[in-house]
Amino acid sequence: MARFDGNTRLMTAALLEVKGVTLQYKTPRHLVTATYQVDFNVQQGDRYVILGPSGCGKSTLLKAVGGFMPPVEGSIRIRGRKIEAPGPDRMMVFQEFEQLMPWKTVFQNVLFPMKVTRKFSSQEAKARADAVIEKVKLTEFKGIYPHMLSGGMKMRVAIARAMALEPDILLMDEPFAALDALTRRSMQQELLALWDQLRFTVLFVTHSIEEAIIVGSRILVLSPHPGRVRAELDASSIDFVNIDRPEFGILSKRIHKLLFSNETGGVKTAEDAHA
Amino acid sequence: MNEPPPKRPEFESELVDSGAIGDVERPLPFVERVVNNESVQRLAILVVLVVIWELYARWLNNSLLFPTFTETVQTFWHDIRSGVLINRTVTSLRTLVIGYAFGLLLAGLFTTFAVASGIGTRILSTLTAMFNPLPAIALLPLALIWFGLGTPSLVFVIVHSVLWAVALNTLSGFRSVPETLRMSGRNVGLTGARYVGLILIPAAFPSILAGLKIGWAFAWRTLVAAELVFGVSSRSGGIGWYIFEARNDLDTATVFSGLLTVILIGLFVESVIFRFIEARTVNLWGMQR
Repeated sequence: MARFDGNTRLMTAALLEVKGVTLQYKTPRHLVTATYQVDFNVQQGDRYVILGPSGCGKSTLLKAVGGFMPPVEGSIRIRGRKIEAPGPDRMMVFQEFEQLMPWKTVFQNVLFPMKVTRKFSSQEAKARADAVIEKVKLTEFKGIYPHMLSGGMKMRVAIARAMALEPDILLMDEPFAALDALTRRSMQQELLALWDQLRFTVLFVTHSIEEAIIVGSRILVLSPHPGRVRAELDASSIDFVNIDRPEFGILSKRIHKLLFSNETGGVKTAEDAHA
Repeated sequence: MNEPPPKRPEFESELVDSGAIGDVERPLPFVERVVNNESVQRLAILVVLVVIWELYARWLNNSLLFPTFTETVQTFWHDIRSGVLINRTVTSLRTLVIGYAFGLLLAGLFTTFAVASGIGTRILSTLTAMFNPLPAIALLPLALIWFGLGTPSLVFVIVHSVLWAVALNTLSGFRSVPETLRMSGRNVGLTGARYVGLILIPAAFPSILAGLKIGWAFAWRTLVAAELVFGVSSRSGGIGWYIFEARNDLDTATVFSGLLTVILIGLFVESVIFRFIEARTVNLWGMQR
């Protein structure tokens, strides 16, 4: 869905439905409420970004969707089915792609989830692994171990590995946060190129406004302590091609205001008022 | 004072032709590669040590206290040819391998049980804290009462010396497996023994390997020491018995050749067997340099 349209949204059932979700976790000394009554829906083909400052529970929210953590109240449903445990229908892609197993080659890494879930026969799994590796243009590097790959290549393997299983949704937890700015930029480009090609649904967590606008087609803005929904915005018209247009600046300013309007000081409100 | 820096013109330029410097990546010269080779360096260290030994022993000139390298090697060679040393070594190695294998098996069971639950982890860490510092040799008198003179007692003390060291290393390896790897394992639905086998063991392999090495060394030490203590046991004594006998005869060259055997086996296991495993696992995977 390229453009937001109230009618279509009502008509098509959401792929992922998050309803009134409150999440709490325990540290040795405290009970922390990460999110409070969060609602949102992700549609098929969305690049759905959860954006918020640290402490807004966005990573916890992603973990809950992954099934690693049950909500205290509310429900999370994927294709109408309640999420209760981790499963290969929601493949996670982590920061710096550490989930690639260093003891397996690129090919074996892509093969691994298909093998352990026994979703495909051994023959079919191998064929699929080959096909998806071909798609992310890593055929020459099939036999190489992850530590010899660049960051961008690791990301392509991580996505290939997840995509090969045909998950309903791809969950990405600040995948580029630990990278330097230039690498991050090229990885965002690669991610968008891959999306153009494969049209997967992705739920993407970030704390960078710029990244949210570039990568996302929809942006859910969360406020911190505890995480609550502040806004849901449409960013499908903006990517690398028109990053220099005023729309980018306007949207970025709007998000900035949404995130920081409750705080005192630090923000120049005179300009923001017009935005 | 606070003037802005002067305006300078911007420029863009064509890249300089870097052909003159040659390939960006090229092999080092042969000599440099040989010198950097680890086994060559190790060999050089060994040669230096041997030369120092030989010179010192000649200067001391007292083969009762400190025989020369050549003398030791002659005795060593003689005992190899007569079969005595080989017999002794085989006896020792057999006991050693049995004890080591048992120890590893138990350590594997203990740690698998330990990672399955929080209480298991605490039980194992308490046990290792209790028994790891206990010298295996101190258990020998007890073992002799329980199992009598002979191999079972030796195996018992070897198991004791291997088990806790390996279990401790494996457990700490399991605990340091990155959260992302764990989550990605559970993400694809792995649980129980498959989770341990497919995720935890390979991810913790550097620590496990370190544990195996330490366990091996501990087993050797314990065995030789135990044989020295109750060498009386039998005609089929091991390498410790060989050393013990030679010392009674004040045959220092033979004592040295016994020690040399222990060292050689240690070097072989470390630099051939463990190197081989490392090169095919942790080095290949980039988990250890």
